[in-house]
Amino acid sequence: MVALNLIWKVKNQIRLLIEGGFGPINRLAKLGCGRSSLSSFDNEKLKRKIHIMTPNLHALDAEDANSGAKSQFNNQGNLQHLLTLEGLPKETLLHILDTAEQFVSVTSLKREVKKVPLLRGKSVFNLFFENSTRTRTTFEIAAKRLSADVINLDIQTSSTAKGESVLDTIDNLVAMQADIFIVRHKTSGASANIARHVPPHVHVINAGDGTNQHPTQGLLDLFTMRHFKKDISQLKVAIIGDVIHSRVAKSNIYGLATLGCKDIRVIGPKTLLPSQIDLQGVRVFHDLSDGLAGVDVVMTLRIQKERMAHGQVPEGEDFFKEWGLTSERLAQADAQAIVMHPGPMNRGIEIASEVADGPQSVILKQVTFGIAVRMAVMSIIASN
Amino acid sequence: MSANIPDDIPLSRPDAEHLYRGLLGQLKFALLADPEIQIAGLASGGAWLAKRLASDLGLVHFGVINVSFHRDDYQDKGVRAIQRAEFMSTTLPFDVEGATIVLVDDVLDTGRTVRAALNELFDYGRPKKVELAVLADRHRRELPVDATYKGAKVELGSQQILVLEQLPDGRFEFNMESKKSN
Repeated sequence: MVALNLIWKVKNQIRLLIEGGFGPINRLAKLGCGRSSLSSFDNEKLKRKIHIMTPNLHALDAEDANSGAKSQFNNQGNLQHLLTLEGLPKETLLHILDTAEQFVSVTSLKREVKKVPLLRGKSVFNLFFENSTRTRTTFEIAAKRLSADVINLDIQTSSTAKGESVLDTIDNLVAMQADIFIVRHKTSGASANIARHVPPHVHVINAGDGTNQHPTQGLLDLFTMRHFKKDISQLKVAIIGDVIHSRVAKSNIYGLATLGCKDIRVIGPKTLLPSQIDLQGVRVFHDLSDGLAGVDVVMTLRIQKERMAHGQVPEGEDFFKEWGLTSERLAQADAQAIVMHPGPMNRGIEIASEVADGPQSVILKQVTFGIAVRMAVMSIIASN
Repeated sequence: MSANIPDDIPLSRPDAEHLYRGLLGQLKFALLADPEIQIAGLASGGAWLAKRLASDLGLVHFGVINVSFHRDDYQDKGVRAIQRAEFMSTTLPFDVEGATIVLVDDVLDTGRTVRAALNELFDYGRPKKVELAVLADRHRRELPVDATYKGAKVELGSQQILVLEQLPDGRFEFNMESKKSN
């Protein structure tokens, strides 16, 4: 009877944890009766238990999403994973951008062999739980140019679709000698969670987690800005549109702030902008012309319908009328301003074709630079 | 031989300018025999040398080779090595295919850097012939590599390293440093 009672209590405790995600564990830890009082083995088992029952990592909460900043460094203080640009030190950020500069030359026309042997014998696994063409392909090209073996998992037909938990999938791939995981997931904090789970010789790169972060996109945007505009600290940068759902915008804002950019503007309807952005130097505009006045960089974002409730924003043409980037509106910006878009781009909704294909557009250069930046990130973390 | 030389006593510092004049003379002679020779310096010390050699030899251009992508110590030293090359990317302003190329470096030691340089060079094409010119040869080879042209052989303690510096007036100077323990 006593034993049964105990089992029931434990079951109840686990259910509580599942329902509330990781929050309760973290809060218990803070009270000194959670992680710290459990032996790490027990804790690991408990975490496992939760994951088995919540295969799609939905049990994560915001606390977990933001814990990436600390967990991307190993005990020696070297970058082991790339999970977020929030809290990434300036010297690390510059080290990645400077290294990427070197990798641009790997694709120079004069070089007959557009491949270097830095990751020879390493296995890179593309784990895209959310669809992507550009990011997955550029990661694949980057890994192949570093001579790594690349395995693209088709999640739709994989064991995950048959009910295997994400962390069980990861364990199996680690048992197949995986070295680097490139992870995209609709849940914020998913890659941070995987990074905490893998053994120390395995590396995780966040290729977009929910509405949280997309660090390599942020880095390639910074690389593009630095390439065309040199000193980032002197720039005026405007980000237009669906900022609230945009992990790209978040990564950019943190990266720009770290590099000393003093004039970052977010422009859009109230429903698409965060109610407050508590970062120094970020200003919110609800008028496109006001926001664009004199800026050096204009970044437009895709409206992420899949992440919003019906009626949250004017649709299609209506949005374009009010917020679309036309050449007339672009004229408010500095005459030498560059136009960026992380893709996929919806012509006639957030950007006019004449601007997307115009002389100020560097949208396709972003894609090309993305390869060099991803090569830099992979080669840096793989050697740490 | 070097085994009898204590590690902590610095030996006399080689005179880089003297070695440079010797090397320049050998390359002038080589150019008389084959006027089509191209030179390429290994970043960064070898690249400074190649620049001055190109000017003194009356060559229209010189190449720079960054060996970072082919280093064999990447797993230990990581991309810090790429950083050290001070942003000198490989630039070869001539057609590598079928060319006679003299690689230029400041110090030839184990031969590993030269191996990496050959790999990098061959990523750009198939040269007819590759030669090597160095200011100082430490002859402690770990690979079957030798220099075609050399300023001089130098004898140093095993923990000492030679670092080439270029003074503001363009002259070269060798500094002796102790090997940092990693």
